[in-house]
Amino acid sequence: MKTLADLHALRDKLKADIKLRKDEGTIIIVGMGTCGIAAGAREVMSAILDELAARKLNDVQVRQTGCIGMCEKEVLVDVIRPGEPRITYGKVKPEDVKKIIADHVVNGRIVEDLVVGKIEQD
Amino acid sequence: MRELSLHILDLAQNSVEAGAKNIIIDINENEDGYFVFRIEDDGRGMTDEMVQQVRDPFVTTRITRKVGMGIPFIDMVTRQCGGHLDITSVKGSGTILKAYFEKDNIDRPPLGNIAESIKVLLAGAPWLDLVFSYRKGTEAMIFSTKEVRGILGNTADFTVPEVCTWVESYLGQEIARVGGREI
Repeated sequence: MKTLADLHALRDKLKADIKLRKDEGTIIIVGMGTCGIAAGAREVMSAILDELAARKLNDVQVRQTGCIGMCEKEVLVDVIRPGEPRITYGKVKPEDVKKIIADHVVNGRIVEDLVVGKIEQD
Repeated sequence: MRELSLHILDLAQNSVEAGAKNIIIDINENEDGYFVFRIEDDGRGMTDEMVQQVRDPFVTTRITRKVGMGIPFIDMVTRQCGGHLDITSVKGSGTILKAYFEKDNIDRPPLGNIAESIKVLLAGAPWLDLVFSYRKGTEAMIFSTKEVRGILGNTADFTVPEVCTWVESYLGQEIARVGGREI
């Protein structure tokens, strides 16, 4: 049974973690236009949030973007690790999320099979 | 889309893109014989001319890229289910979108996982003040992000994945209580 009182406990727990959060963390961006949502972006974003929560990766920022014109490649997920190229994954399914987070977000190894694009940062 | 909750997520994204700070999402399983959902925002709104044209995907995309297939799509689904889509908007102050479906129409997509839609909406736009309510028969629930923020204070917000996952389980439980069955 979940109650609003749970939030008090969560608050106290997160208070200890707050100092760990920093703005220079990894950024994950999910395409949430109509095309993305129709292709399963909600389920993918949800799986990302669940995996980050389970691993307590509170310094990873999750963001969303609208349609970027590659509708046929949705669900699109970008991962930007600080100081590294922006990697775009395509046709991502919820079951791919654990691998992307374990290999790329945590360990810095790009999941080549799912990559559709790479943008060098300035 | 397979679920109305995916349409609701998609339409709420229009509100976010229109600069809304406050969004109200209300679902009523039976409003005078209709299953109704309402999305109300305080975004930049539309002119009367835009409201007239917003159901046409080919006209609207040339007015603004911010409105595309989402509204034509839900407009079609409501009409296939003996319902209709109402849009009222005031330029500069916000938009109210209300989708009606015949209550027992066999073609109506299921509501689906609305708790997941709300979680993902908040994670993507954590600054929102959202009020979500769901009614079925004599049962009802209401959820407000202001209430959650009141408890969490400055220590956490909806950018924290653990807060988002909590929202999903809490809403899932409350919706099941109101719905009394799988919706």
